[in-house]
Amino acid sequence: MDDQLINIFNSIIFNATPLVIAGLGETITERAGVVNLSLDGSILLSAMFGFVAAGVSGSLLVGFIAAMIVGGLIALLIAVAGIELRQDQVAIGFVLTLLCADLAQFLGQDYTGGSSVSLPEVHVPILSDIPVIGAIFFDHPVIVYISYMLIIAIWFWMFHTRPGLAHRAVGERPQAAFARGTDVNRLRYVYTIVGGALVGLAGAAYTLSVKPGWTNPPSMRGDGWIALAIVIFGGWHPFRVVFGAYLFAALRAVASTIQRDSSIDIPLVLLNGLPWLLMIFTLLLVSTGALERLLNIMPRALQRSARNLLRSDPPAALGTRFDPD
Amino acid sequence: MNIDLRHIHKRFGAVKANEDISLSLKNGRIVGVLGENGAGKSTLMKILAGYQQPDTGQIVVDGHEVVFHSPLEAIAHGVGMLQQDPLDVGSFTVAENFTYGLPGGVTLSRRAAAVQLRQITARFGFDLDPDLPVSDLSIGQRQQAEIVRLLALGVKTLILDEPTTGISAEQKTLLFDALKSLAQTDGMSVLLVSHKLEDVIALCDEVVVLRAGRVVGAAEMPMSAEALVELMFGQGLTTRTHEPIPLGSSVVAVDNLHIRAKRVSVRDFSLHMRAGEVVGLAGLDGSGQELILRACAGLIKPSGGSVSIGGRDMTGKSYRDYIAAGIAFGAAGRTEEGLIAGLTLTEHIALTSTHGALIDWGGAAALTATQLEQYNVRGVPTSPIENLSGGNQQRLLMALMPQNAVLMALEQPTRGLDVDSARWIWTQLLARRAQGTAILFTSPDLDELVTYSDRIVVCFAGRHCEVPTWGGITLDSLGHLIGGQF
Amino acid sequence: MTKVFVRFGLGIAPILISLAITALIIILVGAEPGAVFQSVLEGAFRSTNAVGGVINFWIPLVLVCMGLIVTFTAGLWNIGAEGQMVMGAIAASFIARSLGESLPNAVLIPLEIVAAMLGGGAWAALAGFLKMRLGINEIFGGVALNALANLFTVHLIAGPWQPPEGGSAQSTAPFADAALYPRLSPEYPFSLTALIIAVVVIVLIVLALRGTRWGLQLKATGKNAKSALLLGVPTTQSVMSAFIVCGVLAGIAGSYRVLLTYGSLRPFASGGIGFLALLVVLVASTRAVWAAAIAFVFAVILGGSTRLRVALQLDQSLAGVLQGLLVLCVLLADGLRQRLGLGEERADG
Repeated sequence: MDDQLINIFNSIIFNATPLVIAGLGETITERAGVVNLSLDGSILLSAMFGFVAAGVSGSLLVGFIAAMIVGGLIALLIAVAGIELRQDQVAIGFVLTLLCADLAQFLGQDYTGGSSVSLPEVHVPILSDIPVIGAIFFDHPVIVYISYMLIIAIWFWMFHTRPGLAHRAVGERPQAAFARGTDVNRLRYVYTIVGGALVGLAGAAYTLSVKPGWTNPPSMRGDGWIALAIVIFGGWHPFRVVFGAYLFAALRAVASTIQRDSSIDIPLVLLNGLPWLLMIFTLLLVSTGALERLLNIMPRALQRSARNLLRSDPPAALGTRFDPD
Repeated sequence: MNIDLRHIHKRFGAVKANEDISLSLKNGRIVGVLGENGAGKSTLMKILAGYQQPDTGQIVVDGHEVVFHSPLEAIAHGVGMLQQDPLDVGSFTVAENFTYGLPGGVTLSRRAAAVQLRQITARFGFDLDPDLPVSDLSIGQRQQAEIVRLLALGVKTLILDEPTTGISAEQKTLLFDALKSLAQTDGMSVLLVSHKLEDVIALCDEVVVLRAGRVVGAAEMPMSAEALVELMFGQGLTTRTHEPIPLGSSVVAVDNLHIRAKRVSVRDFSLHMRAGEVVGLAGLDGSGQELILRACAGLIKPSGGSVSIGGRDMTGKSYRDYIAAGIAFGAAGRTEEGLIAGLTLTEHIALTSTHGALIDWGGAAALTATQLEQYNVRGVPTSPIENLSGGNQQRLLMALMPQNAVLMALEQPTRGLDVDSARWIWTQLLARRAQGTAILFTSPDLDELVTYSDRIVVCFAGRHCEVPTWGGITLDSLGHLIGGQF
Repeated sequence: MTKVFVRFGLGIAPILISLAITALIIILVGAEPGAVFQSVLEGAFRSTNAVGGVINFWIPLVLVCMGLIVTFTAGLWNIGAEGQMVMGAIAASFIARSLGESLPNAVLIPLEIVAAMLGGGAWAALAGFLKMRLGINEIFGGVALNALANLFTVHLIAGPWQPPEGGSAQSTAPFADAALYPRLSPEYPFSLTALIIAVVVIVLIVLALRGTRWGLQLKATGKNAKSALLLGVPTTQSVMSAFIVCGVLAGIAGSYRVLLTYGSLRPFASGGIGFLALLVVLVASTRAVWAAAIAFVFAVILGGSTRLRVALQLDQSLAGVLQGLLVLCVLLADGLRQRLGLGEERADG
């Protein structure tokens, strides 16, 4: 394969990694029935904190941990407000997304600037040496490998473990979960915080690796909204969400390549708008039942594995409160 | 496993759902719990299965008093309930739904679950594909899956709440064979809550009858259907206080109506009503009468047949067209589908009486005052309707309905009302009928049906049968029809 | 007596707490809270010019607030207000660019306002269509349409509406003077016309929501669409009309941003006002006069913060921090109040 092409794919994977991690985090949270609308602000605030913490402590690890703590705390606030204080999750999340974005910009104003400190690329024995595949997938900083592990781990957890059943049940039909002895609200706390920590990790992935440094205004502004959209596009399934993230990054890469090469005449707005249009189109497919019909045509054996993947309804109890009688 | 319920009391606000109920359940017996809607059966079962706590009273299992704080505790003691809408997770597969809640290791094995599942389903002849999502199953299959799950959890006492509503005949046979096998071979005890006489006769060893929260009778089977009906509904004719009136011309013509819904389908229903006629739709929940009523009001589009109101063909038209044609519809769920929580009484009146662009609040207030007096609604006009009692809410709903309707379609017009309020509502309805309005209503209350209807149409599993009432009809013959014995 | 005290306390507490937290944050950055608050107040009130700046924030903000009150009454989360502002701005810019040199101001302003109303209204109707006909959640639809509106702006500025210097421009060429909202005077740099429009809109909205059948139908649909339908309310039309009204008002607000504040079209011309208005309405609920008052407070904060960078070397985002904290604390206090059983329900307009 052409070297330039390999580089393009490599950078797509790299650039998509924060979106992948944030999307996975939000998927975990929403599968438990909670909406964390503060994604955009969360990413910015945790990115800033991660960057500053890493700079002050001299350790990238400290930076990542600081970012995860910030993301987790914001998520905790949403969980408390939604579960204990019975407030609307969407309202609190919305306020937080604006507040955290402004907080990030304000608190971070003295720390702007590029950074020479970022995660180094890590060579994986054997895997990195595979021709083509190795160069595309295994020539990255460790955060990318962490994202790979997260994808597998979360998928396995949700669909192949017993606790994973409880996780999904809590977001689909909490009454049934309660009847089987699951502590619905406790699980919702746990998964909201874990999801938030992952969102924090995604923030640090920006400022400590993918786009090192902190700028004013921050360069990753708006990516949180995209992550929210990707979760919907991905039907709340880790594989599809990840696919959505890579697709988005790919479209962005195509758009910026075309932007530089003025000989191609496709309007930029079309390329940048394509991901959003794709998502609206997907939702249309869902609401008109086309995806369901597609499933019914497939052979039985395929249906089994395809069903989880193609399903696009939100978790039935998403955004609702649960009160044990 | 022997279970005793002793002196169970439970009230919800002013309503006494269970009053001093005592019940014994022995090994290997199938006990039927009979009663009309609202008799208190569901509440009692929920208490036994751990979903609710009694206000006073004890549950005694094998001689030890126990308290169930949650359904899980009940299951730990061997008591499990199959709810009418089983508490399963629609997006899970049958295997996943089966495994969820069962003890076991962290990782799931689809194969192991399928094997365990098959062991139980094979015994009863249930056909459950472990890989199908639960949402694709019929209600009968979902029941089977839930029973299998409860058995795997080691349940020794099985409670079934109206299990035969909406399942096919084959599924019912499978279910009953399974229950008999569990009782006779395994010595399990089974509580069957139902109001279907034929089921109780076919399955149960003994019967307990509830009415208005109390136990009014208990007996060993076999019993005849007549005797059962007597226990359930009491005896005799009701005396009416009004006279039949001359009916006007035909105002409602429903022909060959077909309606398809999830649980039941109505086939080939026809009804012609004349001005001033009162027709009652009788039948157990889920027998189709609710669908028929809503189709006549224009809320459901039938899949076949025609509806004509006041001479105009309304087939395929929207609900707003039906309103224009003279329909007045009242839903059973007053606050879900009729009144708007958060709006005041005056606002409701203004909403239905304003036809211009601007609201005349002074006029609306005056109109509200008049209506409240005329309809005997006790409430403050400027307070939200949630503050009204059920009876007053129903009266307000009546006040909101258009005065000179061609057809009033009412779902359970006296649901949850005390005797006086109910009687008052009917005085109003009879007054409207005297003005030429036709009235079509559903009710689970046989007394009400017989007292006020000129004709009764009994629905059962989508079929129906018409019964005139002025010639004299006994409650027990009506009860038979409702029980499905056409 | 204690109950009144506690209720008052719980009402004031969020404001005090948010101010305290803001002070803490200011300290964290190494500045002095007292000086900052003073600077903000000065920045807003020290001269008629400054007050004019505050009014210039208040006008578009209160217009969108009124629109959002309409959609909230109908039970909708119209996150798309930002995009509706942008489309209104684009429509007004179109008129300004094409007719700015050839028509007098007195004709241009009404034309631009009408264009803005059409632009914002159409964009909102699209969001409504997505929701009512296609079942697409209005939050997601709103975010998508916001993104598309901004992308469209960028496309216009980089392409067909490029300024003469070309290249990577940040905005279109400035509009002709005749196309702009006329400022009252150099001392009062706001548009009296627009101010009057804003006040008229507030009055109209209050009257419409309380005194028209349309307003009552909106309220009914928002509280219980099923019951409303059964009582004869045309719920689908109600919801669509709410979207359109909000879009129209947001469009006018957007036109103010490009025809006065900026004098040209630039990306994110809405300046986050669409989101800020949502914050206001979250606190004020459907009480229009409260919303206008809170919008004024927020406008003061915005106006007063514009000089923070120059005066104290502090980033302007402090304004958003304070506004966000205020709303967050009010919402949390509200939840706490209900949880402790002390609350009465938040009354409705």
